[in-house]
Amino acid sequence: MQKNSKQLEKKCKIGIVVFPGSNCDRDVHSVLNNVLKVDADLVWHTSDNILQYDAVVIPGGFSYGDRLRAGIIAAHSPIVGKIKQMAKDGAPILGICNGFQVLVESCLLPGALMMNDSLNFVCRWTTLMVDNNKTPFTNCFSQHETFQIPVAHGQGRYIADKKTLQDLEKNNQVVLRYSDDDPNGSSHLIAAICNPQGNVMGLMPHPERASESILSPGRSTNKAILIFKSLISYLTNSNNILYHRKNKR
Amino acid sequence: MSILTGQEFSYLTRKLKRRPNSVEIDIVGVEWSEHCSYKSSKKYIRLLPMTGPRVIIAAGHDAAALDVGDGYVISVHIESHNHPSAIEPYGGAATGVGGVIRDIISIGTRPIAILDALRFGPIRARARNADTNSKSKWLLKNVVSGIGDYGNCIGVPTVGGEVEFDPSFEDYCLVDVASIGIARKEHIIPSKVDNDDLIILAGGSTGRDGIHGASFASAILDDEENRSAVQIPDPFLEKLLLEATIEAVEHGCIKAMKDLGGGGLSCCLSEAADNLKKQFEIELENVHTKHHDMSPAEIMMSESQERMLYITDRSKLQKLILIFDKYEIRYSIIGKVKDGSEVVIRFRGKIVASLPSNIFAHAPLLDRPIKRPRYLDRVNNSNNKKKKKKNEKNKTYFDLPKDITNINEVLLQMLSNPTIANKRWVYRQYDHEVGLRTIVKPGCGDASVLRLENGKFISVKLDGNSKHCYLDPYKGTLGCISESCRNVICTGAEPIGIVDHLQFASPEDPEVFWTFVQSINAIKDYCNYMNIPVVGGKVSFYNETSNGPIKPSPVIGSIGIIEKESWITDSHLRHGDSIFIIGFTCDEMGGSEYYEYFHNITGGVVPHVNLASDKINAKAMLQLIKNDLVGFVHDCSKGGLGIALAEMAIEGQIGITIDLNCVPNSCSRLDNLVFSESHSRFIFGTSQPVEVIRMLSKLKRLSFAKIGNADKHNENVIFRNTGRRSSAEADAVTVVVDIPLKKLAKTINAIEEIMNKL
Repeated sequence: MQKNSKQLEKKCKIGIVVFPGSNCDRDVHSVLNNVLKVDADLVWHTSDNILQYDAVVIPGGFSYGDRLRAGIIAAHSPIVGKIKQMAKDGAPILGICNGFQVLVESCLLPGALMMNDSLNFVCRWTTLMVDNNKTPFTNCFSQHETFQIPVAHGQGRYIADKKTLQDLEKNNQVVLRYSDDDPNGSSHLIAAICNPQGNVMGLMPHPERASESILSPGRSTNKAILIFKSLISYLTNSNNILYHRKNKR
Repeated sequence: MSILTGQEFSYLTRKLKRRPNSVEIDIVGVEWSEHCSYKSSKKYIRLLPMTGPRVIIAAGHDAAALDVGDGYVISVHIESHNHPSAIEPYGGAATGVGGVIRDIISIGTRPIAILDALRFGPIRARARNADTNSKSKWLLKNVVSGIGDYGNCIGVPTVGGEVEFDPSFEDYCLVDVASIGIARKEHIIPSKVDNDDLIILAGGSTGRDGIHGASFASAILDDEENRSAVQIPDPFLEKLLLEATIEAVEHGCIKAMKDLGGGGLSCCLSEAADNLKKQFEIELENVHTKHHDMSPAEIMMSESQERMLYITDRSKLQKLILIFDKYEIRYSIIGKVKDGSEVVIRFRGKIVASLPSNIFAHAPLLDRPIKRPRYLDRVNNSNNKKKKKKNEKNKTYFDLPKDITNINEVLLQMLSNPTIANKRWVYRQYDHEVGLRTIVKPGCGDASVLRLENGKFISVKLDGNSKHCYLDPYKGTLGCISESCRNVICTGAEPIGIVDHLQFASPEDPEVFWTFVQSINAIKDYCNYMNIPVVGGKVSFYNETSNGPIKPSPVIGSIGIIEKESWITDSHLRHGDSIFIIGFTCDEMGGSEYYEYFHNITGGVVPHVNLASDKINAKAMLQLIKNDLVGFVHDCSKGGLGIALAEMAIEGQIGITIDLNCVPNSCSRLDNLVFSESHSRFIFGTSQPVEVIRMLSKLKRLSFAKIGNADKHNENVIFRNTGRRSSAEADAVTVVVDIPLKKLAKTINAIEEIMNKL
């Protein structure tokens, strides 16, 4: 059994989608490969092999220079069409920062991300609280656990109509919330949401920047790495991966 | 806009042995502008020490490169974009970032950090009228968004810098941007080309934007009709160009490259041909342009942004084109390399210009007259009784301030001085963490510390002080270098190189030019004494408006290396720490924020850097750090001891009690002791005071003392004075300062308060 799960761990592969203008792709790649020692590849947006991956990360940055609206051009690219299919099949899809914006623009997640209430770009550390620890991205946290993580965005204020917000709350789709100081004015202090099935999550803060203690203020904490660890633990749990692989066929 | 001077025209005619045609006059005019040719400054810059064991590419190229061991090199460059930023702050500042990033790319290194040093007119109260005040705020707001939007988009973190406010920058601003890059040594571009290699121009289309930008930056800014000389930023294209170039470098597709900046193709082609010692045959019709009807001269002079020139071997052309196609970058093959020494420019097959590159790229150097400025007599004479007799006829002295008794209140006002207040409003608009390298972040230490691939760290900081440099350009510049080196030392780093950015008004004014020469002498003296090479620099002249010249404003960037992670100092004071000072405090109040901001006095003795003690103090500090004897270390500079201590308490959210009487000093007044900006001082916290004293006592000619304690149960910042300083004071213990931490922490957010009200 032990041997079996290790073999699966080796086999689990994560694809990091790179659009023109993505700029946190190499950071996510470095955390997954060098810190967590899992197999992760950078996948250029025109390549047609995204379906071979067990999970997809859409990293932060300024895809297509944020032209028209953050995330919207990438949301209409062919690779996102394939990612939508993977999402439907149950593969975990994680969108970070600009990746969250892409997920919202491609309707994989509801709502919208608007200009911060300060009207300025904001780059600083804040504290998040886990509101749902039953997702593939948070299963290593305990419920209501708090952790430090940085944000860096101009358009990170999550909004949605009343009905959508009610549904998100009712279905436990609010995964992470800003705990005391909210950097952008998001509705319901939302920092991350998932789809009703829980396999697609978008979050504004940057877990890859808080996955090594040396990178945190005071060089003391790296709890945010649990987001990636949760994903790996989900993928290496034989039931989940077999389920997904079955669907992929 | 006049281009070549009469003298330059006859020099060119003599060298060519014929009359230059109109295209040649235009393109040589751009290349020979002050901005591109350094014709006033080159003679002096050559005096600076530029070599050292780590220097792989010395100053004078697009960027310099330093060996950091284990097969890695870092590159560094600094640029300014003052003229454009003063009239179109957003675009001017953004294209400034773009330019310096391309310089880093040009030698084959990947940019990993941006730093910015900014100077504006006052943004509050003390400005002469509210009008200029709101203009300064407008400039600050837009310069910061310009830098932020560009740097954030291309994914290079803006990790540090500084901001200074001074009335001499009213209606103007200085925007300096430095960048650091990294690469494996073998990826540094060889810059050797052969016959028949191809010359390729890639990136943005060449348009009419920014024509005469370089000549525009080589004249005084008199009105705002020059908007067309400002270029348009496109960070998305720059990001693509960056990734494509690095990919091409890693595939060995590039034999030489150069970025296009001020002076456009004229400057780029002439300098590249001259450096490579080859002939360039160029066909301008191949250049992809924004407009169909551009003349050859316009194509040559355009300063359209986000363009790079590559020289490649024919065998690598297919690979290079695949890379351009992947990133959807436009390119044109504009010519080829030949044996010879001319730059031959054709347009639709016809030769429009043909110039020997060694003439084209080298303007005749000038011998500018120098004269000590008269204002120095005025600002150096204080109205004290002894001197008054000597200077009875001279009415242009300044009055010393009255003795201040309420230092508590002064300290609060000084903390809310925008030059001193925290710069959170600025750096939070910059993504300072992308890249996973920023270990010491802006606001958390005296310099920014970045992680390198080889397990080492570099520490970087920019510093300037126009107030000191105005009153004494020599001492002021020495101070800037000392401060900048001190800041990287505070993080645990050993300085390995500096870059200088020398910003002055018109070099044609002998008094201005004298201040420039003084600055150069200071850099030369400091770097020779400390054995630190100058690895890059830039000169920017003609920084003046109809209000007059700016104060001399050299900005110094220091790069330090930290060999071990454990040497990186703590980010804050800890409970129970003893607080020590290294260095000596004197009555050096000239140009201090206390005199200038609080008393509105311009004058007095500028702090002098004693090179010997500067070296000893730095050595002592590094010795303590490497022996793991210190926690948090802070430099003592703008605002003096009082501000440095208040900042340490605020940063650590911990109360401190200081005995001023313990501070080694020769000050005649208590306010001078608290606010003097004497150099070469370090303040630090330690949990091992006995060992610190033991180690420091062994060093000769070192001033140091334990001056207080940090205590988490104390919620105030308290300065006591147990001794007697003047006859007016009692012998008993006097409390000089006693302010709750919370109040201090609120006061130091002054910039945020001012800017959020806009």
